[in-house]
Amino acid sequence: MRTILFILQKEFIQIFRNKTMLPLIFALPVVQLVVLVNAATFELKNVDIAIVDYDNTSTSRQLISHFDASPFFNVAMVPSTDHGMTALLDNSADVILTIPADFDRELRRENAGSVQFLVNAIDGMAAGLINVYASSIVQGFHQEIITGWFDIASGGSGLPVQITHRFWYNPNLIYSIYMLPGILVILVTVIGMFLTAINIVREKEMGTIEQINVTPVKKYQFIAGKLFPFMVIALFEFAFGLLIGRLFFNLPILGSLWLLFLVAFVFLLVALGLGLFLSVISSTQQQVMFTIFFFLLMFILMSGIFTPVESMPQWAQNINIINPFVYFMKANRMILLKGSGFMDVLNDLAALSVYAFIALGFAVWRYRKTV
Amino acid sequence: MNTQTDNKPIIAVRNLVKKFGSFTANDHLTFDVHKGEIFGFLGANGAGKTTAIRILCGLSAPTSGELTVAGFDVYKNADQIKKNIGYMSQKFSLYDDMTVWENIRFYAGIYRMRRKDIREKTADLLKKLDLEPVRDKLIAGLSVGWKQKLAFSIAIFHSPAIVFLDEPTGGVDPVTRRQFWEMIYEAASNGITVFVTTHYMDEAEYCDRVCIMTEGKIIAMNTPSKLKEEYDTDSMDEVFRKLARNVET
Repeated sequence: MRTILFILQKEFIQIFRNKTMLPLIFALPVVQLVVLVNAATFELKNVDIAIVDYDNTSTSRQLISHFDASPFFNVAMVPSTDHGMTALLDNSADVILTIPADFDRELRRENAGSVQFLVNAIDGMAAGLINVYASSIVQGFHQEIITGWFDIASGGSGLPVQITHRFWYNPNLIYSIYMLPGILVILVTVIGMFLTAINIVREKEMGTIEQINVTPVKKYQFIAGKLFPFMVIALFEFAFGLLIGRLFFNLPILGSLWLLFLVAFVFLLVALGLGLFLSVISSTQQQVMFTIFFFLLMFILMSGIFTPVESMPQWAQNINIINPFVYFMKANRMILLKGSGFMDVLNDLAALSVYAFIALGFAVWRYRKTV
Repeated sequence: MNTQTDNKPIIAVRNLVKKFGSFTANDHLTFDVHKGEIFGFLGANGAGKTTAIRILCGLSAPTSGELTVAGFDVYKNADQIKKNIGYMSQKFSLYDDMTVWENIRFYAGIYRMRRKDIREKTADLLKKLDLEPVRDKLIAGLSVGWKQKLAFSIAIFHSPAIVFLDEPTGGVDPVTRRQFWEMIYEAASNGITVFVTTHYMDEAEYCDRVCIMTEGKIIAMNTPSKLKEEYDTDSMDEVFRKLARNVET
């Protein structure tokens, strides 16, 4: 234990003497969270819609006014569908709405009109959303005119099934409070993993690790001495990120903070353990940076931060069994946003514990004092 | 000069072989080093000196051979050996971003010295080396000569039975080299066995006994004076040249 204390003392001296360290610890999370959380959003705003109105009646204008009133759409009138296509091509429009000439007449006569949406679907996700938003506007319009024309407001709805919904856990569908826990996971991992990995490889490059290897320091003491300081920094970073979330994004913290930090701690054992393992098998900073970059990119994009894990193909979900990010990403959001308790995240916690054991075991095993 | 010899060698090496693939870096080395000796390992670059010293320190595993260091078997008791040796590599290896005092405290600490002893011994050491004014300066700011002296002092700070020095005087001026050897003598007079590699032949004169290597093999081993007698010359440089000629023919 005393040996570990001496190693820790040395590590902390070196970490805090490094001039880039404090800005890294304090500035990085603020910038990343504020920029990324606001930028990485699937909420659609400012969709450019080009509307072609061949009907030109009060009814068609009523429909157009619905789009005008929506905060999501910027309306531009174009004289023909061809003009609309041009706008679609040069990106000045995301969607074209064509209202046919007999729209009003058919609607009055048969209570069934048709309009056409042409959506730029290069980004499939956005196209889907545009379609949903636009359709719901048309539906709202439909409801309004049949209520007005046939005066059945007193008798009930014009549509046979009335759907009422409420969004739980994030009632206003604020994207930032969904993204923030995810970005925070990436942030603490990147900081913890890179710092740990680079630290050991740097000792290799400087030759100082050899000096340690001729001392009676035990392998686990060395690994513990390298793990602990960066664990402290990463957990601090996590707390700092939560604070920023609370202050700037009004992030709800519904569950137990103790549980949250327990899960974060076990996850970081995995992340730092992997960083340690990769650094003991690498001999230069370049090598270790590239290997970590490879794993991080894979793990992060598959973790469910942007796209739900459940909608990934089966093989991808199978790969995700060994992706530690999946468990933490999920548990983190559950505890923060839903207030899930210990039993709810037990499976994730157990998976992470097994992973931590393996990652750290490999790191200690592969660290050779004798080559 | 300390030439006392014990019956039991403090380092005993029998048929040490180290191969890297098909290349044999150490080819059946056999030698003993006695307690308190200054034992020099001489040879040109690439002769296999560093390989041998790294094996003795437990940094590299031998391919075959029997080795005991400080009475412990290299294969079975590597950790016991590590408690009893000090090592200074040819690559400078103190922490540049820590102060003189922090470096001493760290290394002494991981050799399990007590904090009180560390403080007292550090005060003595800094006084002796005239390093008191730079106690709290970063290592990065010291001259090469001072770094080397400090690295040596730290290598023997925990009073090991043996200290291994791998080309300790590379890249320093003659005056500093002279001072460095004075430190080595002092360590030897305190009972520390010194195992040193060098390719400076004049430094061979300072050793109690030398072992000359070429191409992974030991080609001569004796005291410098006996070697000079044998090869009928008055400098180790000449001895080495004559030996090298013998190998080539």
